[in-house]
Amino acid sequence: MGIKRLFAFLTLATIAPGIFAQQTAQDAEEEVARWGVNMTQGVTEVSRTTYDLHMLIFWICVAIGVVVFGVMFYSMWRHRKSKGYQAAQFHESTLVELAWTIVPTLILIGMAIPATKTLYDIYDTKEADLDIMITGYQWKWKYDYMGSDVSFFSNLSTPQSQINNQQPKAANYLLEVDEPLVVPINKKIRFLITANDVIHAWWVPDLAVKKDAIPGFVNESWTRIEEPGIYRGQCAELCGKDHGFMPIVVKAVPEDEYHSWLNDRAAAAARIKELTNKTFTFDELYARGEEIYKSACVACHQAKGEGIPGTFPAIAGSKIATGPMDAHMSMVVDGSPSNPAMQAFGAQLSEVDLAAVITYQRSAFGNNMGDTVQPIDVLNFKNK
Amino acid sequence: MAHGPKPGFTRWLYTTNHKDIGSMYLWFSFAMFLLGGCMALVIRAELFQPGLQIVQPGFFNQMTTMHGLIMVFGAVMPAFVGLANWMVPMMIGAPDMALPRMNNWSFWILPFAFAMLVSTLFMEGGAPDFGWTFYAPLSTEYAPPSVTFFIFAVHIMGASSIMGAINIVATILNMRAPGMTLMKMPLFVWTWLITAYLLIAVMPVLAGVVTMMLMDIHFGTSFFSAAGGGDPVLFQHVFWFFGHPEVYIMILPAFGIVSAIIPTFARKPLFGYSSMVYATASIAFLSFIVWAHHMFTVGMPIAGELFFMYATMLIAVPTGVKVFNWVTTMFRGSMTFETPMLFSIAFVILFTIGGFSGLMLAIAPADFQYHDTYFVVAHFHYVLVPGAIFSITAGVYYWLPKWTGNMYNESMGKVHFWLAFVGLNVTFFPMHFVGLAGMPRRIPDYALQFADFNQIASVGAFLFGAAQILFLFNVIRTVRGGKKATDEVWENPEGLEWSVPSPAPYHTFSTPPVVR
Amino acid sequence: MATESSYYVPEQSRLPIFATIGIFLMAFGAATWINGGSSYIFFAGSLAMATVLWFWFAAVIKENMQGLNSDQLKRSYVWGMGWFIFSEVMFFAAFFGALYYIRTFTLPWLGGEGDRGSSNMLWEGFQNTWPLMVTPEQAVSGDAAKVVGPKGIIDPWHLPLINTVLLLASSVTVHIAHVYLKKGNRKGFNGWLTATVALGGAFLFFQIEEYLEAYQHLGLTLESGIYGTTFFMLTGFHGAHVTLGTIMLLIMLLRSVIANHFKPDDHFGFEAATWYWHFVDVVWVGLFIFVYVLGA
Ligand code: HEA
Ligand code: HEA
Ligand code: HEC
Ligand code: CUA
Ligand SMILES: [Cu+2]
Repeated sequence: MGIKRLFAFLTLATIAPGIFAQQTAQDAEEEVARWGVNMTQGVTEVSRTTYDLHMLIFWICVAIGVVVFGVMFYSMWRHRKSKGYQAAQFHESTLVELAWTIVPTLILIGMAIPATKTLYDIYDTKEADLDIMITGYQWKWKYDYMGSDVSFFSNLSTPQSQINNQQPKAANYLLEVDEPLVVPINKKIRFLITANDVIHAWWVPDLAVKKDAIPGFVNESWTRIEEPGIYRGQCAELCGKDHGFMPIVVKAVPEDEYHSWLNDRAAAAARIKELTNKTFTFDELYARGEEIYKSACVACHQAKGEGIPGTFPAIAGSKIATGPMDAHMSMVVDGSPSNPAMQAFGAQLSEVDLAAVITYQRSAFGNNMGDTVQPIDVLNFKNK
Repeated sequence: MAHGPKPGFTRWLYTTNHKDIGSMYLWFSFAMFLLGGCMALVIRAELFQPGLQIVQPGFFNQMTTMHGLIMVFGAVMPAFVGLANWMVPMMIGAPDMALPRMNNWSFWILPFAFAMLVSTLFMEGGAPDFGWTFYAPLSTEYAPPSVTFFIFAVHIMGASSIMGAINIVATILNMRAPGMTLMKMPLFVWTWLITAYLLIAVMPVLAGVVTMMLMDIHFGTSFFSAAGGGDPVLFQHVFWFFGHPEVYIMILPAFGIVSAIIPTFARKPLFGYSSMVYATASIAFLSFIVWAHHMFTVGMPIAGELFFMYATMLIAVPTGVKVFNWVTTMFRGSMTFETPMLFSIAFVILFTIGGFSGLMLAIAPADFQYHDTYFVVAHFHYVLVPGAIFSITAGVYYWLPKWTGNMYNESMGKVHFWLAFVGLNVTFFPMHFVGLAGMPRRIPDYALQFADFNQIASVGAFLFGAAQILFLFNVIRTVRGGKKATDEVWENPEGLEWSVPSPAPYHTFSTPPVVR
Repeated sequence: MATESSYYVPEQSRLPIFATIGIFLMAFGAATWINGGSSYIFFAGSLAMATVLWFWFAAVIKENMQGLNSDQLKRSYVWGMGWFIFSEVMFFAAFFGALYYIRTFTLPWLGGEGDRGSSNMLWEGFQNTWPLMVTPEQAVSGDAAKVVGPKGIIDPWHLPLINTVLLLASSVTVHIAHVYLKKGNRKGFNGWLTATVALGGAFLFFQIEEYLEAYQHLGLTLESGIYGTTFFMLTGFHGAHVTLGTIMLLIMLLRSVIANHFKPDDHFGFEAATWYWHFVDVVWVGLFIFVYVLGA
């Protein structure tokens, strides 16, 4: 291959990606921060210090790179055989070798000092104004506002149709949830992070908080958000099939707004509790059950109840969903005795929702049991 | 013992010859590179656009896991062992490896082990899907049934590596020609000696950790479960005690190869031979005390965090010594740029870039932002692809004429280099950007703002993959025939391997040469 | 450094490929078996492996008898065995390390001490003790817990102490046997080696006795939380190594008694087995201290 053709090929190879990119740039949604190339500065003091630290090391590396590669390119240019350059024969010099051991060491010490300071700051979780317990589940987050009754799950709210390319993707595709974590600004918030099943990691770049959620252990972390706003993050530890689909949304609001939100939440929880004694019709339960199924069960048992062979059993035609009610309730309320992936939903869903989703499963996907279970039955089952 | 290879395929099955075994290792490794590469292409194809197009999330995770495992254990490690088999005896003036029958055994275990590993893809519940780092409890309580086969595959793979490493240690310490003192050994031999020690020290720990998994899954023990008093993080400590030295196992022999090639084409002796040896040893030593830099976010006590941060940063010093030595070797040399040299120069530049991002990752507070993002993926592909893979490629081009007696096609080699160089940077450089912008790794689908760079990366991956076809083609052509190579092949290269005919006789040194 | 002029490179050999098939069948068979399949593949593999090893060692011994093995080759065997034992050391290190980590970090955290002490809020009532008689799960769920701690543990000053004495004594006897061998005293060698094998057998007998006691009376099992886990994994792997070492020594004994193998100046096969034996002994001392004494 001639050198000209080679060049033509190389140029093409370098430009081609650019052309591709150009094209999508036109039809994608605006608004999103496109072509972002660097770490966010974030909205907390820690996130800014982290950013500064990152830039500091980055520029040091660039500087060293310029020197090293500079020398290298210089000699590749000047000291070539094709230019008739005669090779020198030197092959050691204790002085130089000593110098380039010591100088990098000093540079490293220069980096280590600010890094150590920042680390101490990040580790100081004392004297928080507010404690929030965060629990990772496959594949959703649970938030408990410690010292209040408020506690809820936060699920991905991007519809399957967008993920499967049947609908255009919205601006916050995959970074949106049904219920965000609401927090007050300018308060030191301590996060107590744990997990229910496998390891997850709770990460919001704008807060520079990333901490693993480890089943059986509680990790601590903290933040103090300075600006109201919505900050988005994602689970940052491989946690199984839907690891890519468990986003985090933090909504930071002024303090009074936060308190009224908290009160509303508590009241809503109380209302749900009251419903436990109500008797529902089959249709009411079925309709509500469908909603619950879509948010809580669909990830494993799939939209048509077909499951994933070998991993998650089908609900359609399932022996348990078409068998005795007690066994079905036990599976959903207490979880599977043999496979921890089937969690104990008794602690996650209200009695009403449990009754609804069980009723739904027994009559959906071609299962035609047609029977109902009432919230009060579930409560009795739980207390047994 | 003046006899050649036996005819027929039993030559390969029963062989005790280091060259035959070396070739088999290299071919096996290349096959695995293609297989692992194809899995990477599945990953890149799925990530070409947001949304799920080609594979389901569960299968995507299997691809990621198998890609990592196959590249690490199937492509890079066997390739280095293959090069060691070919070159170590020739470089130290030995007739063969110290324990030739065991050598054959070490090799043949690999195809069987990988057959077992790959067969998990067809099992009920699918292949391992918990990443090549297989963190518990995702890999224990929540794993597909095929995990048992994965565990035993790792066991026999480990046995193969340990035997291979013992063989290399015995060969180097025991089989050197008279006069070949330790400090006269070529650097490739030195780096492999130290690598072999790393292997012997850490492969058993890997065997230990998979055994703990096996017990937790099937026999009710509580290593990784807090309910019984265990700890999932224990898994990570044991794994990374193996895992970090493992990544240096994948780079130290590369240092050796590059240290052989650069002086040849700079026509100038290697600068700072002894500091190279000491630097290699320091890197190996430090590699044992930095493992938890992979675990900065697990919630270690701050003292641990600081210790592992400082120790990790220190590795930049001996590695820097190496980089400076290579640059100084080139400085005021008389350079030419044949294919092996091109790959070696690219190695020095791109590996250094990968090292720089490694250093950034080592800064614990900053790692809180980088960890488990594509920034990490960019880092390790920069040290592995233009690091390990480029050095192997360089080594193959450099020694191929000696192995086959024929010259490879130089212009095809150069085209291969430039395509690979461009393809690789187009693939992996943008990953720094999406990583910093917040894209987590191991996800089959991503938010819209990462779309553009992912698209570029996917295009680059196919370009890089296509370039490898040229390599395959070039090697096969050279094995079949071509311009005859001289005994020295290059202009005045250093080393015993150049003192024998090309192709090297089946038994190189039946009587040891004398080294002055 | 090599001074010899010729190094024995064996001809082509079928042994390794059969050994490969053997080890593969063992691994594949073990996985199949554990996953609920049949055990035949595993046993077929083990049989194949044992057969190959038999022929392999026979070949090496024959070559040595024929004087093919130069001193240099013998040094290769020495290096090989030495580093093999080192790899075994690292294997045990993984398990000792796990024990250390659990006791120094994990349990205090679960019990509410130290940096991650807030973990205790998930395991209210759990206390960090060693031996761990009440697992975290038990502390929370009481009788409903799946992982229940042991009722009792092994007293180090009975069987384990006896076993320590037995094993230490066996290291001495095997050394004496070695000395006799070097002096060319075949009878002394056979006698002391027999004593060593007997001591190894006695150790194993008591070890089994101890396990029966643990399983039948103490509720100390693999499944009784982290104490049982570390206890059985460490002592179990050690026991497996003692078994292997005893078999190795027994074979050496039979080779000496039946075939008159080993010369005063040429007996690396036996020496390798003694190295292995001493290694197993050292591991036991570690176990006795860290698992039994400091664990009680
Ligand atoms: C060949 C393999 C290889 C090599 C050589 C390295 C080299 C290094 N790596 Fe890398 N690393 C991996 C393979 C490798 N790594 C892999 C596979 C992972 C991911 C595993 C996974 O999670 O899947 C990983 C992940 C990884 C992490 C964890 C990131 C995370 O998950 O959050 C960290 C953190 O410290 C790290 C650091 C380093 C450092 C400091 C080096 C150093 O050795 C680099 C030293 C080199 C230089 C610094 C450049 C040259 C030096 C100079 C020119 C001198 C002057 C320079 C200065 C003073 C700055 N690596
Ligand atoms: C030495 C090791 C090595 C090597 C060489 C590579 C090579 C490549 N890797 Fe890999 N990679 C890892 C080690 C390695 N990787 C590890 C350890 C992980 C982590 C896994 C984990 O998270 O658990 C990882 C993860 C990883 C990811 C992240 C996955 C995720 O987080 O979900 C990605 C994504 O792009 C990727 C891409 C690539 C690409 C495009 C190549 C390319 O260089 C591959 C090029 C090769 C080929 C393409 C094949 C050869 C060509 C043909 C067969 C011809 C046909 C081809 C065409 C016609 C185009 N790798
Ligand atoms: C994280 C994955 C996951 C989620 C989410 C999940 N399940 Fe399951 N489910 C499983 C697994 C795994 C099993 C198999 C358990 C076993 O084998 O014992 C299962 C089994 C079942 C069964 C028994 C099916 C049979 O025939 O064996 C029922 C009924 C069921 N789940 C209901 C639900 C309901 C209701 C929800 C939501 C509220 C739900 N599941 C959510 C994983 C999940
Ligand atoms: Cu949860 Cu990843
Ligand atoms: Cu590392």
